[in-house]
Amino acid sequence: MASIKRLVLDVLKPHQPNTLDFARTIAALGQGYQVDILVLEVDEQTETLQITIEGDSLDFELITSAINENGASLHSIDEVSAVGK
Amino acid sequence: MKIQQFNTLLEVSHSVEIMRRYFVVNGFDGALTMLGLIMGFYISDRVELTVVITTCLASALALGISGVSSAYISEAAERRRKLAELEQAMVASLDNSHHARAVTWIPWMVAMVNGISPLIFALFIISPLWLARSGVALGLEPLLSAMLIALIIIFLLGVFLGRIGGSFWLWSGLQSLLVATVTLGLIYLIA
Repeated sequence: MASIKRLVLDVLKPHQPNTLDFARTIAALGQGYQVDILVLEVDEQTETLQITIEGDSLDFELITSAINENGASLHSIDEVSAVGK
Repeated sequence: MKIQQFNTLLEVSHSVEIMRRYFVVNGFDGALTMLGLIMGFYISDRVELTVVITTCLASALALGISGVSSAYISEAAERRRKLAELEQAMVASLDNSHHARAVTWIPWMVAMVNGISPLIFALFIISPLWLARSGVALGLEPLLSAMLIALIIIFLLGVFLGRIGGSFWLWSGLQSLLVATVTLGLIYLIA
């Protein structure tokens, strides 16, 4: 089965939790997860983020569940890198 | 609920500041109410200690229950409104998020702080009365001891506020003490 090495996600989230904590939460989901967040737009109550996650084997279900639990919603999957075993 | 989850709820709901404010404001209410009551008893001659303790305890309980119920009702309504606004902005339901959990749990936490704070301070203040009734010898008259504790608590609450606000702690403590002294003076004048 192929494993996901890189994901670029377009996410809308409330101001809280802040971007630092949001990044920490996602990074803590797996060993070696590297998370880069680019804030694309800030509105009165929300902010739009481009999240790049890299790791040996990304668990997409876990990532989306963490995103939703933090009050954010996944708008689109903009990039995916997968490697076959 | 795990401590980490609890911290997350506090963070997403900005509740630490609110709880701290409620703790001080209602604690100050409780301490000043007890001070006023005890001063009233002090200037009324020959009031039995049991009557003073019962009245103070009943007032402390009423303050506690009032604090819990009023804070819960207002916080729950306010937080439901904010969640609805956020859901509108997100164009999504936040049912399974920390934000929705915060709407359930945070009003209770805030309410408990708001109710317990005056109760705890009141119990501290009336402790010399209990001790005196149990036969423990105090250096001062029981009512005066209780008033002294009330004044110390009020001063410390002022100091706490001063430290939070970054102002000089002694000045802030003295300001609180001034409010308490004016209250005592007014009660004395009325009586």
